[in-house]
Amino acid sequence: MTTTPTPQQHLETGSALGHSVPRKDSAQKIRGQVKYVGDTEVPGMLHGKVLRSEIPAGRIRSIDASAAEAMPGVVCVLVGTDLLDIDPYYGHAIRDRPIIAIDRVRFAGEPVAVVAAETEEQAEAAVRAIRVDYEPTPAATDLDGATGPGAPLVHEEPARGGAFHGLGNLPERLGNVCYRYELDWGDLDAAFAAADVVVEGTFEFGSAYQYSMETHACIAQVDGDEITMWANCQHPFLVRAEMASVFGVPLSNVRIIVPFLGGGFGSKSYTRLEPLTIAVARKARRPVRVVARVDEAILTSRQHSCRIHLRTAARNDGTLVARQAVCLFDTGAYADNGPRVVATAGDAAPGPYRWEAVSVVADCVYTNVSPAGSYRAFGAVHQQWAGELQVDEIARKLGIDPLEIRRRNLLRHGEDVRPGGKPLDGDLIGDVEKAAAALGWDRPRTEWVGRGLSVGVLAAGAHPVSCATVRMEADGLITVNCGTTEVGQGARTVMPQIAAEVLGLPVDRVRMGGTDTRFTPYDRSTGASRSTTVAGLAVQRAAEDLRRQLEDMAGGEADPAEYLNLMRGHFGFAGGELIGRADVHPEGSGSYAEGPVFWEVAVGAAEVEVDPDTGVVRALRTATIADVGRAINPAFVERQDEGGGIQGLGTGLFEEVLFDGGHLSTETLLEYRVPTTRDIPREMSCVIVENADGPGPFGAKGCGEGALAAVAAALATAVADAGVPVNQLPLTPERVWRAIQSRNDKRSEV
Amino acid sequence: MLIETTVNGVPRTLEVAPSDLLLDVLRDRLGLTGAKRSCDVQVCGTCTVLLDGVPVSACTTLAHEARGRRVMTIEGLAETPGFARLEEVFEHHNALQCGYCTSGMALTITSLLEAGELADDEDVVREALSGNVCRCTGYRAIIDAARELAR
Ligand code: FES
Ligand code: FES
Repeated sequence: MTTTPTPQQHLETGSALGHSVPRKDSAQKIRGQVKYVGDTEVPGMLHGKVLRSEIPAGRIRSIDASAAEAMPGVVCVLVGTDLLDIDPYYGHAIRDRPIIAIDRVRFAGEPVAVVAAETEEQAEAAVRAIRVDYEPTPAATDLDGATGPGAPLVHEEPARGGAFHGLGNLPERLGNVCYRYELDWGDLDAAFAAADVVVEGTFEFGSAYQYSMETHACIAQVDGDEITMWANCQHPFLVRAEMASVFGVPLSNVRIIVPFLGGGFGSKSYTRLEPLTIAVARKARRPVRVVARVDEAILTSRQHSCRIHLRTAARNDGTLVARQAVCLFDTGAYADNGPRVVATAGDAAPGPYRWEAVSVVADCVYTNVSPAGSYRAFGAVHQQWAGELQVDEIARKLGIDPLEIRRRNLLRHGEDVRPGGKPLDGDLIGDVEKAAAALGWDRPRTEWVGRGLSVGVLAAGAHPVSCATVRMEADGLITVNCGTTEVGQGARTVMPQIAAEVLGLPVDRVRMGGTDTRFTPYDRSTGASRSTTVAGLAVQRAAEDLRRQLEDMAGGEADPAEYLNLMRGHFGFAGGELIGRADVHPEGSGSYAEGPVFWEVAVGAAEVEVDPDTGVVRALRTATIADVGRAINPAFVERQDEGGGIQGLGTGLFEEVLFDGGHLSTETLLEYRVPTTRDIPREMSCVIVENADGPGPFGAKGCGEGALAAVAAALATAVADAGVPVNQLPLTPERVWRAIQSRNDKRSEV
Repeated sequence: MLIETTVNGVPRTLEVAPSDLLLDVLRDRLGLTGAKRSCDVQVCGTCTVLLDGVPVSACTTLAHEARGRRVMTIEGLAETPGFARLEEVFEHHNALQCGYCTSGMALTITSLLEAGELADDEDVVREALSGNVCRCTGYRAIIDAARELAR
């Protein structure tokens, strides 16, 4: 366990960097003063409620909203035919999704109409009074139903690329496959033929729900061609561009104000409730607020489920030689972020080992269930557990220790993760050794206790575009303006720490507010562990720009104690202000040229106890590695790893969104269980590794996602080590119990 | 129906319908948005308020159940003398990230401390906080903060 520097320590050293300075927003949050979007009201605001499809697939014959429209307090009911004056489709990867259903529905839960009324109760009552006449059509409600011969097509129209897919030319849709990612190198057949050991299996990964405790919420106000929103989006600048294009208004006329977010984890990535809220506000000619219930939030975004057929080959000396992965990802009725998830999963499928040959084919498949999007560590969490189970299976067959087989085969710093792109920028062997040590790898173990390791990397940083300004006003206080959203990660504390360090000021002289796209400089997105790395670099450069201006005024070194005098000398009175500005963009050479921005490390270890009578798995201990280059705020790094790790525990052991015939059956937190204090391991070690090898400020690189993938995978390898390999996540008691029974059956046959 | 109740020490007379939820009345009518809505089914604890000092889920409590009783929300708790310590300990342990669960945690911990039901004991604290979900922090820091407060 690392020792976290105390919050006070930075005051003694005078530097904010590398110290666990307290969150700048903690008092506001502890006192319940923060206004999230759902707590926000604007004058004249109405409440919007959504009518959702009851069937997974079908045509809409007619909608009768007349009774609803006549109900008390109802201002309007938005239906699909209200949208025919615009191009009402959105989707950042594939523009396949109507704002609300227009002529057909593609999943049970798809928005079909939106009521705006004076109160939420009135809106809810009116939703119940709308009559929809559906003509059901055959539905493809899971991967089997969507990929077999004669499978009903979820989409029949030609595919249109969205604005931010960044995945090259979109290939033709093949049946329900809307995107395919392929990765190949070496001679696969020869490598498998020459290998001594081959393991093969099919792995099923269930879909989790991000459950940011604050659900999706949006307030929209439309005045002519000006659109103003208060929205809890992680990527306001991308949503702005998409809404401008859908509603046919100038980009800068769309203004999005983002207060604090009550968590995101990817559920608030890209566009969510914004288009339907704008559409209903446009019709109502009044501002409208829409806040999702939890069941609606699950239907708005969840994690992809997938099926992976995996083969791995090795030589008798434990050298890994080849891997083949054929993967199907269930993206639901709309592509959402599926293509990106699938591409990232494709990159993660080989695992960071030195292969002679690799072949990956990963398909993104439409089905008639609710759309899946981003969830922390996407791609890596889908693949890592399966790949690592096979590495251990080979190790077991060859009698090699799991730590040793990884030592022999893991990529080293500077080696290619895949041909093209950034070589490995971390120290994976060092990391896995630290994880094993933190767990106590060599301690004796008892029956039904298992220990597992897992190693992976995750393409992180997204597209490296961030802009920032750092402003010094006439009282000497500094404001950082940068479009990173405060989702809980601590951006509004870390960015001031970075600027304070550059300017040689105490961190309490620097602050940062929320995003308002009208005034806040552009930032691509808040996700992919990019805030500290990419936006933080823009802030560092902007602060340096400000410092240079002060140095020019001083004619040399600028003493922080003299900043105000320098400014007064420059302006000739106690006014004016200085603004430092900078950006980060894909840069000609160096690590930003080829992408990813960095490889986020996903290394962990777990110890579990399996109850052979019930199949219940208890996580006893976990260790995660936060290989962050440089920890700007170590306590925040630990919180990110702990939080991600516990989400990994949920994904690994029990969280699963389930559908029955296309209908969501885990509708509430009673059916969809998330980890509580009862579930967490007795010991959770987070080892912070600081090799200053990141591309961000002061050598930093992002963290917080890797732990989710690492813990989920380490739980799977640990349960296998306890004697129960299970090719399905989550490792529910039933699955584990069945695996124990079938193992016992096999033993008694022998 | 007309009910008399005390909210954060202030006597109130409120007109409520039999089906009105306490959470809606607090948030929409009294503007006390520190109580948050999330799961709506008494699992997550973000809507926690104290009724005569006892934590309840306001999402599943009817407003008229507050008749003749004392309601305390985070806005009221923050004005009490003991709050500064909780604030300091939470800040020191970094026991929050997005903050959405935090007011519920603070109310639950405070009431348990006052009832003598919290101790500097891992099992006691885990059990006591199992009705409050936090999706961000992974709980370790919150448990540590609660244990320190119980010391
Ligand atoms: S909202 Fe009341 S317990 Fe979750
Ligand atoms: S701090 Fe975000 S839910 Fe607890």
